[in-house]
Amino acid sequence: MGGEFVMLSLVPILIGVLAAIACALPGNFLVLRRQALIGDAISHVVLPGIVVGFLLSGTVSSWAMMAGAAGAAIVAVLLIELVRRLGRIEPGAAMGVAFTALFAFGVLLLEQSDTSSVHLDVQHALYGNLESLIWVEARGWSSLLDPVALAGLPPELTRIAIVSLLMLVFTVVFWRPLKISTFDEGFARVLGMRTNLIGLGLVIMAAIAAVASFDAVGSIIVIAMFICPPAAARLMTNRLEAQVLWSVAFAVFSAVMGYVLAGYGPLWLGADDAVSAAGMIATVSGLVLALAALYGPHRRSTGASAEG
Amino acid sequence: MGTSILLDALTLQLGYNAKLVAIGAALLGIAAGASGTFLFLRKRALVSDAISHATLPGVGLAFLVMAAFGGDGRHLVGLLLGAALTAGAGLLAMHWLTRRTRLAEDAAIGAVLSVFFGFGVVLLTVIQTVSVGRPAGLEDFLLGATAGMLYQDAVLITVAGALAVLVVWLLRRPMTMVAFDAGFAAASGVNVRRVDLAMMGLVLAVTIIGLKMVGLVLIVALLIIPPVTARFWTNRSDRVVIIAGVFGGLSGFIGAAISATAPSLPTGPIIVLTAFVLFVVSMLFAPGRGVLAAWMRHRRQQRRIHLRQGLLAIAQDLPIYERYTLQLLVRAGLARADGVPTELGRRRAEKACRDESRWAVARRMHSHESAVSRYDGLLPIEDVLTRDEIREIDRQIADAGGECA
Repeated sequence: MGGEFVMLSLVPILIGVLAAIACALPGNFLVLRRQALIGDAISHVVLPGIVVGFLLSGTVSSWAMMAGAAGAAIVAVLLIELVRRLGRIEPGAAMGVAFTALFAFGVLLLEQSDTSSVHLDVQHALYGNLESLIWVEARGWSSLLDPVALAGLPPELTRIAIVSLLMLVFTVVFWRPLKISTFDEGFARVLGMRTNLIGLGLVIMAAIAAVASFDAVGSIIVIAMFICPPAAARLMTNRLEAQVLWSVAFAVFSAVMGYVLAGYGPLWLGADDAVSAAGMIATVSGLVLALAALYGPHRRSTGASAEG
Repeated sequence: MGTSILLDALTLQLGYNAKLVAIGAALLGIAAGASGTFLFLRKRALVSDAISHATLPGVGLAFLVMAAFGGDGRHLVGLLLGAALTAGAGLLAMHWLTRRTRLAEDAAIGAVLSVFFGFGVVLLTVIQTVSVGRPAGLEDFLLGATAGMLYQDAVLITVAGALAVLVVWLLRRPMTMVAFDAGFAAASGVNVRRVDLAMMGLVLAVTIIGLKMVGLVLIVALLIIPPVTARFWTNRSDRVVIIAGVFGGLSGFIGAAISATAPSLPTGPIIVLTAFVLFVVSMLFAPGRGVLAAWMRHRRQQRRIHLRQGLLAIAQDLPIYERYTLQLLVRAGLARADGVPTELGRRRAEKACRDESRWAVARRMHSHESAVSRYDGLLPIEDVLTRDEIREIDRQIADAGGECA
């Protein structure tokens, strides 16, 4: 089992776990700041971004597409702000206007341009293709120590590893300003913090996490991981430190369980093919949230005062 | 040639199916715009995003059930019923999360939309695996497709769209009241919970109807963009409903017509982009709330303040350094380019100064409190006080011995 597992499943699981962590870390603050749907908006506009990236560069190189996606995320955030300010429209509706229009533009662009020769379609953007990220050079666990085999690791793994490290560093370094400005913006301002810069930084970090994870796992996991693990964690504790740890644990659990259930579950039930890992990971994270909402020790808002 | 085809499409000269699709899209747009208004006014626009994504597992389940009973599993009514079922479940889950836990509504929306959609994707892959029925085309529900639409499907969408418009019309009063001021509606004896439920039911129905044509990812746009657009044109909630319906209908009709002219113009995205263009035009050019109107108002105010300050400076024999002020004075014939006031400028400056002192006196008199509270530094005193009152003020100024400060 070892050799096949390392070759087929180890890398997808690792990528899933890292993507889940990268999204869940900023997700904690987004959920607390009631900006949870920023992740939803960003992951929709990634589609026009990668199409433009492809059209401009003419290649399916990941870097061109990621640059396009990052650009689109910035355009989306600016457009939302613009619509909100100029039109004096509430943020939710402004978001709805901006991301649906950009997504429609992406679909239209895709239909208009000749992308049939490359693997670029809406389904891919939504579900990703976690299962295809196999480690061809692997011959077993020993390959982990073999530099030649390690060089053949899918580049997605390296990218998502770097980005999740970046998220970790961001969370740790800016812990205090993030925490204070999230819970009490007025107090943060009194302390001399640039709260709007902190907010912008958080959104940019979320965009980076979304774009990098999207590249490997598709936007559906991105939205689920931004929201479900942090939301479930919020129902477990009143302390932010513990909440972040819980959310990481939930994210890792969802990624591993989801992948295993999608890959091996159907085989246990006698079917031949695996089901979508991305969809299953999102489903598991939803089950975790449902359990937390049913039994979490701090699920009620009134329960907050019990601990003092 | 392209324009003539478009003209044909817009005047319903294309094939019978294209005609039906355009009418169906227009009705769908009207229903979506009007019912979306109530969500928008209640500041819950993105609830529709959760509802629409939650339809996917229902489509998959319905297909599996129908395929299990023999059949190719592609009966549209069956698929849409399944979609309605899970969308309703998603709505309930969302309500439960917001009411029973301390999670905010946006987190509940995001959780429901991603989890239900993820589960739907799992079901789609299950369908591919078990290979029953004819699953080709199920993915059309993501982005909509009118190209291969059956005649009876188009009729179904058109009839359902017309019904939804009718329901909006019948329920417009209580829904407007609740959307505008839920507390007031409750006090006037409206059952807010039931109206809310009807509102959600309507949004759900519109979503389901639009699924085949616009697709679940983009149907939200039809529920959100037209109301936001309509908001630029009026401040009255009952008119927002109607205008949103008009904009929605226009987007649906024009979008469907444009998309009928070429195969590479997918219906859903074109309808959404049409709505977006209407939105941008309204945001920029709507009178009152539009960006251009606001900018012009700002400029006019700026001009009035500069002129006033310039006149007061002339009255006090102060030199004017501000170039914009001088420019305005010259253009109005109140001063020469070197800053020396003209005869007219002197008279107007004197008047401005006199008014300023009149206001100063008026501010001390309690009888003019309400008039003074309207004073913004520019309001002519003749507009708020009668001639007798002004004469009384002038008498007081003369008693105090001052003419102009």
